[in-house]
Amino acid sequence: MISFSHVYKRYPGGLEALRNITFTVEAGEMVFIVGPSGAGKSTLLKLAAAIERPSSGSVIVNGQNVSALRARAIPFLRRNFGLVFQDQKLLFDRTAFENVMLPLHINGFERREAARRVRAALDKVGLLAKEKARPVTLSGGEQQRLAIARAIVHRPAILLADEPTGNLDAGHAAGIGELFRSFNQVGVTVVIATHDEALAERLKPRVLSLKEGAIVA
Amino acid sequence: MRAWLWHHLDTFVTTLARFARAPAATLFNVGVIGIALALPASLYVALSNLQGYAQAFASDPQISVFLALDAGRAEVEGIEARLRQHPGVRELRYVSREQALKELKASTGLADVVDSLAQNPLPDAFVVQARDATPQGLEKLRDEASRWPKVSHVQLDAAWARRLEAGLRLARLAVGLLATLFAFALVAVTFNTIRLQILTRREEIEVAKLIGATDPFIRRPFLYFGALQGLAGGLAAWAIIWIGLHLLNGGLAELAQLYATRIELKHLSAEDSTSLLVFSAWLGWFGAWLSVNQHLAQIEPR
Repeated sequence: MISFSHVYKRYPGGLEALRNITFTVEAGEMVFIVGPSGAGKSTLLKLAAAIERPSSGSVIVNGQNVSALRARAIPFLRRNFGLVFQDQKLLFDRTAFENVMLPLHINGFERREAARRVRAALDKVGLLAKEKARPVTLSGGEQQRLAIARAIVHRPAILLADEPTGNLDAGHAAGIGELFRSFNQVGVTVVIATHDEALAERLKPRVLSLKEGAIVA
Repeated sequence: MRAWLWHHLDTFVTTLARFARAPAATLFNVGVIGIALALPASLYVALSNLQGYAQAFASDPQISVFLALDAGRAEVEGIEARLRQHPGVRELRYVSREQALKELKASTGLADVVDSLAQNPLPDAFVVQARDATPQGLEKLRDEASRWPKVSHVQLDAAWARRLEAGLRLARLAVGLLATLFAFALVAVTFNTIRLQILTRREEIEVAKLIGATDPFIRRPFLYFGALQGLAGGLAAWAIIWIGLHLLNGGLAELAQLYATRIELKHLSAEDSTSLLVFSAWLGWFGAWLSVNQHLAQIEPR
């Protein structure tokens, strides 16, 4: 499903974020990418979602070589993914409902069908009662769950999450972990970049350990 | 296909809602565009009205053939026959020198002066309507007739109308230049409006790109906005001209009554109105397109 082979990523100025990364994530797997800050976890996720391109090596998603993809094809590649960002990237001038609606709007869903799916997604993360609330009025944990609802509402095959429990207390983090497990159980491929060891302990995923841009385990 | 149509309708409605959310800004933008368009468009209206009058004269140009004062009856008839047989002549009217004198007395109010003349100074004349009304055709006929014996002078009555037309052509060029300048202003206004919108919606665009929105999808609401704003500006210009003409026609009616004639300024024709609206919508769309292309590329998600 996702396959990296001999991937290097260098930034201008000589910083080498990733060095000779080779791994494969099979469909339906749950994989954690762990390591200290600055190890290259976020960069790895960005390469998978074609937000950035590798300096060398190949990234293959769903049989498509991401670095060879034309700019016009990238949006369609991204629709395979549900993305949960480190900074969530919620839109603060819209309600929770409208935030979750955005991917369906982009995918061209008919309005009524879309509304039904938005409610289903909000229900799944336990925010159905707050569909009219603005993100500012939500707690940190609720905001994170809203971001997850937006990531899964169009039923992507792959869920990529960058530090989804980053600034949550243990109780909320556990709840989020359960959510990811439930998506994985219905066949969604889940890749999570995190340094939350408790989360890894609980979900027992396959673990890729990064250090200074290279896989160490 | 249906989803696609839905999406367009949706964008349209959302755009209208965006106008409604900032009524003051919308009003000012539409006003600026309306005034910028109304200036060249009203000049155009003035020109087409003038042109209408010029054409009424110039479209049926006459040639007056004046005979020599000493032309006798037989010579007049000879020339009449010659004109009648001429292939370039469509219609012919004979004005005898007596009749001309009578018309002069009646129409100018110079009866006393005319009566005091010892003899009739006016020649016999033919008023000719040419089959070929182009300037070249008219001049050819004039040159030919003026070489005939006992013809003293041939006059093209449409000469002044043609001079007016030449003047109008120049004025039309000026209107064209003005229209180009104001069209540029319209594009600039839209460009700037859209630039501000893109800046304020930067986050939304970034997120949309991250979750798989295509460039046309992101561009579409801005293009709609530009086109609709242009269209509204066009409508405003149309209304400005309509109100202006309405007021002027009121004043003109009074003036015309004093001169016992009827003058009425015509509004833009249906075709011209449609062109104005289509053109203003297109300019708005174009300004938005330039702006979106310029600024969207700068927003790449990180």
